Amino acid sequence: MNPVLRPRSLFIALGVLLALAFFLSLALGPVSLHLLDSLQALLRLVGVPVGDDTLEQAQLIIGQIRMPRTLLGLSVGAVLALCGVAMQGLFRNPLADPGLIGVSSGAALGAAIAIVGGSLFGGIPEAFAPYLLSVFAFAGGLGVTALVYRLGRRDGQTSVATMLLAGIALTALAGAVIGLFTYLADDATLRTLTFWNLGSLNGASYARLWPLLLVTFAVALWLPRRAKALNALLLGESEARHLGFPVERVKRELVFCTALGVGAAVAAAGMIGFIGLVVPHLVRLLVGPDHRVLLPASALAGASLLLFADLIARLLLAPAELPIGIVTALIGAPFFIYLLLRGRA
Amino acid sequence: MLRADSINVQRGDSRVLEQVSLELVPGQVLGVLGPNGAGKSTLLAALCGELAVSAGSVKLDQRELSDWQGVERAQRLAVLPQSSTLNFAFKVEEVVGMGRLPHATGRERDQQIIGQALAAADAQHLLARSYLALSGGERQRVHLARVLAQLWPGGIGQTLLLDEPTSMLDPLHQHVTLQATRRFAEQGAAVMVILHDLNLAARYCDRLLLLERGVPRAMGKPEEVLQAELLQSVFGLEVLVHKHPERGHPLIIAR
Repeated sequence: MNPVLRPRSLFIALGVLLALAFFLSLALGPVSLHLLDSLQALLRLVGVPVGDDTLEQAQLIIGQIRMPRTLLGLSVGAVLALCGVAMQGLFRNPLADPGLIGVSSGAALGAAIAIVGGSLFGGIPEAFAPYLLSVFAFAGGLGVTALVYRLGRRDGQTSVATMLLAGIALTALAGAVIGLFTYLADDATLRTLTFWNLGSLNGASYARLWPLLLVTFAVALWLPRRAKALNALLLGESEARHLGFPVERVKRELVFCTALGVGAAVAAAGMIGFIGLVVPHLVRLLVGPDHRVLLPASALAGASLLLFADLIARLLLAPAELPIGIVTALIGAPFFIYLLLRGRA
Repeated sequence: MLRADSINVQRGDSRVLEQVSLELVPGQVLGVLGPNGAGKSTLLAALCGELAVSAGSVKLDQRELSDWQGVERAQRLAVLPQSSTLNFAFKVEEVVGMGRLPHATGRERDQQIIGQALAAADAQHLLARSYLALSGGERQRVHLARVLAQLWPGGIGQTLLLDEPTSMLDPLHQHVTLQATRRFAEQGAAVMVILHDLNLAARYCDRLLLLERGVPRAMGKPEEVLQAELLQSVFGLEVLVHKHPERGHPLIIAR
């Protein structure tokens, strides 16, 4: 099958899609705002003097609640998709997932330690709780990934196959420890833990947003520098070496970027599955596997898709809210099965 | 020009390559022959730095192979492995274009080279096809075009290592491939090619190296190496050696 779109048409389409997702994410929510009011409030937020003071409420809702949430969703979606591309390139497998190297399970473990451990030691002061949780999740993701990478190394070379197996083993181990914490948890803690595992953009604030934004920028700037190396890596590691690329260094950078990116995303929004797996795959179907196009296009598509998933999560049962991990899994899993069947045909 | 001086390669406790010396000379094709497991691919891996040598040295243009910077080395040494694991739907021209990654010759020149390299491998009609839609033999030709493009147009100072480039090809394309390789050498490149077909080796190689269990048994012109007793002792196959009625090179027939 040949790619169906030229890169330029894809970027235009994705740009429009993202702008739409961004605006809808600001305009829609449990408090219904008129679309025109939303637009005017948004303009006022960036300093354009339009409308009048009746827009104050809309301005407050958009500026303080929906804007951080939207930026969080955008950032999480983009970074998960970018890391998915990196991992599919590293493992030379279009069906690889960023979770393969243990970063998601490590982050889940860190979160479980923070949530359950915190409650066992008499509870974390309310003000620190979200930060502590994020820090533990991030550290857990980084720690387990470092261990996976370490296990994959022998004689100065990193075996991708060994890393894959080490990732599976450590994911199982982390799962067991999380199970243990789940067993120890009381009902209220258990609820927190469960909801965290389902992922949510709820409760986004600027204070929790900036570390993730920083990481997303870093990853989004760094990975495209390795686009050519990623293309060569798809031929095979020795082929990439013969084409002059420092393969060991590239692999290290890919693992580090993914640990950082997925770690920060999970720390900020909990476990949100399938974005990293499905988005790069979808984009590849549209424009082909060239990483020079695939990386930026996946970032745009991932951001848009996550914002739309969040809209569904917010609006489907409004004013109640569905965890976004459920929405992405409900859309992502069937799509993944479709890809498997399609690949076999 | 690539030169190996009495190299040994160790794998665990066993020595898989012993005291191999060879020189790849500009303008010449060296064929490497030997039964399965004789160490042909190991030799190729040692010559391109994929495997470390435990003794001896490998020099590319008088400089230790390991001293070369990745890109600089890639501009003068290209390697075609036995098989490739590419599992992504690149277009054929993109795959061949990867051979141009070590260079900064510009899009237009690269496009020209991609076309010429594909034509050399008789695969120019595949240019816009998806790599995944190709047959095994077509893929092999595309990868040959890729390594040719990496060194294009070939010339003195360029070295090309090919591991069984004809293993999946039909008879016509076995010849097409080796003719392209020969022409590449005639431009000035030094070429080493691992082959199983003794008659192809006799026809297209200037010199042959015969390996047996990691040890060189003979090295020289085809008519010196392709001798009945030698072949029987190395391959365990009884053969008749005739002269090609038109071309005069040795022709090997199993008895």
